[in-house]
Parts: sequence; C-alpha cells; structure tokens
Amino acid sequence: MEFEAIDLGLIDYRRAEGRQEETFAAIKGRKGRSTLLLCQHHPVITLGRSASINNILVPEKELKKKGIDVFPARRGGDVTYHGPGQLVAYPIFNLDDFRKDIYFFLRTLESAVIEFLAGFGVNAQRCPPLTGVWMDKEKISSIGIGIRNWITFHGVSINIKKDDLGNFQAIRPCGMDIQVTSLESCLGNNIEIDSVKEDLINAFRKVFADPQT
Amino acid sequence: MTKVYLPELGENITKATVSYWFFQEGEKVNEKDDLVELTTDKATFNLPSPCSGRLAQIILHEGDTANVGEVLGILEEG
Repeated sequence: MEFEAIDLGLIDYRRAEGRQEETFAAIKGRKGRSTLLLCQHHPVITLGRSASINNILVPEKELKKKGIDVFPARRGGDVTYHGPGQLVAYPIFNLDDFRKDIYFFLRTLESAVIEFLAGFGVNAQRCPPLTGVWMDKEKISSIGIGIRNWITFHGVSINIKKDDLGNFQAIRPCGMDIQVTSLESCLGNNIEIDSVKEDLINAFRKVFADPQT
Repeated sequence: MTKVYLPELGENITKATVSYWFFQEGEKVNEKDDLVELTTDKATFNLPSPCSGRLAQIILHEGDTANVGEVLGILEEG
C-alpha cells in the first residue's frame, strides 16, 4: 500500500494524539490518505488498555520532578516510556488498502523496524510470542496499536539515543522485567535522530509495498 | 434482534478481551457507532454497531474473554 509521510518533530504527546485523530477522521471521511506520522515526544509514560498501574515503579511526585507526564492511551499493550531520544512512528493506515488482519499488521510493523535497523548493520529480531523488536534479548522497539473502522492509530517507538534509556527505569516496560537498548548502544556511535527519519520512512515504504511475515 | 459477534481479526487471533462498552444496556445506538472495544495482543479494536437501534443486552462484559464467532451482545433494531 501507499501512504504519505509527515514529520511532526518534537511534539507534546496529547497534541500528537490530536493529529492522529484529525488524520483518522480525514481517512474515514474519504478526504485523506493513509499517513505515517513521525515524531519525538517530551518525556511521557503511557498506559495501554492492558496496563497495570503497578508497572509504574516511581511515585507520581518524583515523575513530576523529573518532568515526566503520565497519560492513558487507547492502544493495546501495557506501560511504555517515550522521550526525545526515541523515534516514534504512528501509521494511520486504512487496512482496507492492505489486509484486515491485526496479526499480519503487527508482524509487518515489526518487519519495518527490522528493515530500518538492518540498514545500519544491526540484525534485530522478533521474539515470539512477544510483540516488538529485540536485539540480543534487549528490547529496542515497542509496538502498541488501536484500530477503528479498520484504520490504525498509535504505533511504534524505536530507541535511538542511549542517554534517554535511563527513564525506562521508572517502569516495567510492557509489564515485563526486561532490559532495553538503543541504536546508539548497538552501534557504539552518536546518531542524530533527524538524520535517520528518511531511512525509517523508506523502510516502511519497502515493507508495506511487499509485505511478508 | 441482531446479534453482535466477535469477527475474524486475523491469522493466529482466536480470542479477545472485552475492554470497553461505549453504551449501556437500553441505550440507543446508531449504525457504525463504536459499540465495543476489544483488546488482543498489542492492539485495541473497536467494533462498530451493525445497525441502528437499542443495545438490548450485553452478554460479555468488560474483562470477559470472547472467542472469534462468540456473541458479545444483542441489539434491538429500530
């Protein structure tokens, strides 16, 4: 399937939700096309529909001191963290133009992330039955989506900068006792997020044009 | 009476958890309104109402697990 790509830059989580809603409404009303929204967020912990509040390990007062917001999110999955060191992709895709199959869509998102990382020589993997992308048992990318009228929203986060990983200690990511890693950690050198956005868009285009799981 | 079934959601997905009913029993519903949200793996999925009418009965409540093909609720058309 084809889509347009829009970079929202560094954006407040709630504003990005608003942009997702606008894009969704345009697609549902047949006035817009499938769109991949890219962005980075200010530090925020989000809770999906399966989230347990016990998976936030730090008191709210302390999170506020660190400047970390906490919001519920209408997506699947448990707790996750987003920060400026991550590249976040929200595919607002009309699955009428792809395949109405939640499992296949999740696997294709994983394929897009794996393709993106492979471009840097990083051989990331799936870890079935878990959803997400891993590098040697450390999680490098989390996925959580919502679907209404077979149009997708929310999506994928990829850890790029290693300095931002410390805030993951405030949560049990995805409700599990796991370690996280980043593209910088894997490569051992500095990566500017702006320089890799086009690579992620190209990975999505390649995988969604010819999906295989 | 129209039964609301959990539809096919994709390969390897045989069940989902009812996470949120948008309407209470007795309330009026329009066709294509978001009727009930289900959660599976890392996805939430909104099931639209198949017709306009009244939500006569909720059979599977929030927190219940539904198998594909199972009846979630019943709508009274009109």
